[in-house]
Amino acid sequence: MMPISQSVIKKDHLAKACGQAMYVADYDTTQMLQGLILRSPHAHAKILSMTYPPLPEGYFTVDYRDVPGINEVHIVKDDTPVYADATVEYIGDPIMMLVGPDERELERLLAQIEVNYELLPAIIDVRDGDTAFFDYHFGKGDMDQAWAEADQIFEECFETGYQEQAYLEPQGLIADYNQGKITVRGSMQCPYYVHGALAKALGLTPDKVRVIQDVTGGGFGGKEDYPSILACQVAVAAYKAKGQPVRVIFGRREDMEFTSKRHPSRCTYKAAVKNGRVTALDADVIFNAGAYTTLSAVVLQRGIIAASGVYDIPALKVHGAAIKTNTVPNGAYRGFGAPQTFFAVEMLMEHIANALDEEPLAFKLRHMVRQGSVTSTGGRYHFPVPLPAMVDEVRKMSDFEQKRQVYARQQTGTTRRGIGISLWFHGAGFTGSGERDIIKAVTRLHKLADGRVEILASQSDIGQGIKTTLCKIVANELNLPLDQVSYDNPDTDRVPDSGPTVASRSLMTVGELLRRAAIRLRSQWQEGVEQTVEEHFKEPDFVIPFYIDKFQGDAYPTYAWGVCAVEVAVDTLTGVNEITGTWASFDVGTPIDLNIVIGQMEGGLLQGLGYASMEQLAADQKGRIRNHSFSDYIIPTAMDVPLMKVQLHVEAYPDGPYGAKGAGELPLVGAAPAYMSALEQALAGPINHIPFSAEDALKLIRQSRRA
Amino acid sequence: MNQGIVFKLNGQPVSYTGSAADRLLDVLRQTYRLTGVKCGCNEGECGACSVLIDGHLANSCMVAMGRVENCEVTTIEGYSQTERFQVLEQAYAAVSAVQCGYCIPGMILASECVLARHPHPSETEIRLGLSGNLCRCTGYNAIVKAIQIAAEKGEGLW
Ligand code: FES
Ligand code: FES
Repeated sequence: MMPISQSVIKKDHLAKACGQAMYVADYDTTQMLQGLILRSPHAHAKILSMTYPPLPEGYFTVDYRDVPGINEVHIVKDDTPVYADATVEYIGDPIMMLVGPDERELERLLAQIEVNYELLPAIIDVRDGDTAFFDYHFGKGDMDQAWAEADQIFEECFETGYQEQAYLEPQGLIADYNQGKITVRGSMQCPYYVHGALAKALGLTPDKVRVIQDVTGGGFGGKEDYPSILACQVAVAAYKAKGQPVRVIFGRREDMEFTSKRHPSRCTYKAAVKNGRVTALDADVIFNAGAYTTLSAVVLQRGIIAASGVYDIPALKVHGAAIKTNTVPNGAYRGFGAPQTFFAVEMLMEHIANALDEEPLAFKLRHMVRQGSVTSTGGRYHFPVPLPAMVDEVRKMSDFEQKRQVYARQQTGTTRRGIGISLWFHGAGFTGSGERDIIKAVTRLHKLADGRVEILASQSDIGQGIKTTLCKIVANELNLPLDQVSYDNPDTDRVPDSGPTVASRSLMTVGELLRRAAIRLRSQWQEGVEQTVEEHFKEPDFVIPFYIDKFQGDAYPTYAWGVCAVEVAVDTLTGVNEITGTWASFDVGTPIDLNIVIGQMEGGLLQGLGYASMEQLAADQKGRIRNHSFSDYIIPTAMDVPLMKVQLHVEAYPDGPYGAKGAGELPLVGAAPAYMSALEQALAGPINHIPFSAEDALKLIRQSRRA
Repeated sequence: MNQGIVFKLNGQPVSYTGSAADRLLDVLRQTYRLTGVKCGCNEGECGACSVLIDGHLANSCMVAMGRVENCEVTTIEGYSQTERFQVLEQAYAAVSAVQCGYCIPGMILASECVLARHPHPSETEIRLGLSGNLCRCTGYNAIVKAIQIAAEKGEGLW
């Protein structure tokens, strides 16, 4: 282990442990106004008129007419309105905000607002959708030839459901408009995304916009784009309040029902097989985008780039579409489109292997990419692919072969067991040329006269420990004790734009920039004076430029790798299954802090297992999400996966700090297929959708009995 | 004369003059400004609002003020002054069990309850004791480990 990997006490540990850390809801509210959002009860309707009740002194309304700039939230495309003007596009679409000092009074008044709607036809089921927000095609190799020469063709459709980020701290922001300047603070991943959105909606120059991240109680992607929307809404209210801050803190139900989630997907895969090898793959990937585009373009891109998984398949044809429906807009969630396609491709490989009567793992290993292989987009796996070694590690930890054989025998009794394994990657950092062309990250180090050094960057610590790891890197290069290097929650008035806290990029990309800045500072170090150094992103030379219009080139400079085995026991009377063990090996390059990385891996893995099973969320026929509380959207507790063993396999990445690469998202991405493969073995039947419930298990048991 | 609801808050006698129907969580956060008590759901499902009432773990969002009359209420602010907290806090630190931190005040109080009942807890006893407290970040392993470390290091304290 490298010395830098040795764990330290996290920078924010004590404040959080003793309850002193200030989250946005913790500020004194005596001088603040509260805001409550009126939302559409209809999935699609025209707003004909709105009638506001007489309001007591100190209360006021805020709607699209109050937006001083443009009534659009800047995300990727800017079709999300700050407040709905002509139509509402999903149940929950924000129409206006009622603002005033007392929350109960706000609730009472809000119920008196009358909105007249003309109902419009709504599209709830993605299969009925006729608008593709985004539609992409790419491929490689000779599909026709592969099809013509195939011994067998396999075709199957895979479906995945919603997943709610369920960060423990709900969304919340405070906005304050003073002397021509708007300040928004609160729970967020991307202060500069919020900054850009505010400038547009308020019609202010960037210097009149200030965004401050407060201690944030989890994000997982859920606080990537959503805070931009909420920020515009609260800021417009503050603009109208003239001098009094306005605060909006969501309750759990509002947060679960109306904020972005993981895109549900339908992936139809066709594979040509010749001589026991998959020679071609045709993947049709449909994501349910919801009512506005938000981040669907980029989520879909990452999803379809991973369409062929970790397999070297000579001919490939990929189509991806993000379809508009009149449901809550879906956005970023750890894994960002890849969990959907990895589920499809991993299950497909299992099913083909089963049909060919080959052990799925052996079948997968025969198809695996290696260093130098061509990626789905004609790029290269430039660095060693450590999967075979990682598979061996997981085999050993889990006693895989032995269990797999035992469970393959005819099982009797009420408890059936199974074990499965899955393999995956996660492209490290932004997809394609985003880092080079759009983000253009800048970081600074500010050395004080007394020799302490402050990091100036816009990364948010949302629990992943970036405050600690960035400081470790800088302290290490400058030979300073860790307490001499500090990193405060970003404030756009003070820090440059080093990019958003997304895509597992912070440590790999911004960490490396800071490492270089520290090296430079060290070479220029002068005792007793204040100094500043600045570092700009530069794409590594080896990268094959990526063109998004053609999906050609290196979509990612490098990859993090994952292998996971899951063992289950299913009660055939109830269909309920128990995870009796899960073992995983992850390669995220050099861990910059062993405990932190292990914590990320375990937390992400558990979210991935929840995604596959208990985390069930659905819109009903009207487009309403009804399970919007922790009593009916169930996330794993400490009892659910008591045996979870994670180990790291280190394949250092030369362009990441000390060999580190993207980490945060990886562990979630491929957990579901391992779990479902285990269930398939236990239930002796095929599974092609998640979340997979106890009722689904009972159905499968009945089916396999009949067969 | 109504002298309010009298109870002990973090060791200090206090009297709350608001309604007996008010929720303990709101009163702790707003009236007494004890914001270490978090709100994650407001309906008794997540444990972020955990406090100790006479030494028992309770979701303060589900407790009406009338219920705490003559009780001893301990929040993370009070508990963090104890020696037991120090042992737990250091154990959490040693395994970096604190990620976003939102569940942590509740988790630490849940840990206290586990150790108060089982000074030498089995892993199952620990997991059972934490099962009312959701954590979305850690996957729970580190928190379980922290309690095991605290049990060992805090020998005799519980
Ligand atoms: S806030 Fe009380 S249990 Fe969630
Ligand atoms: S540390 Fe984030 S919820 Fe537990």
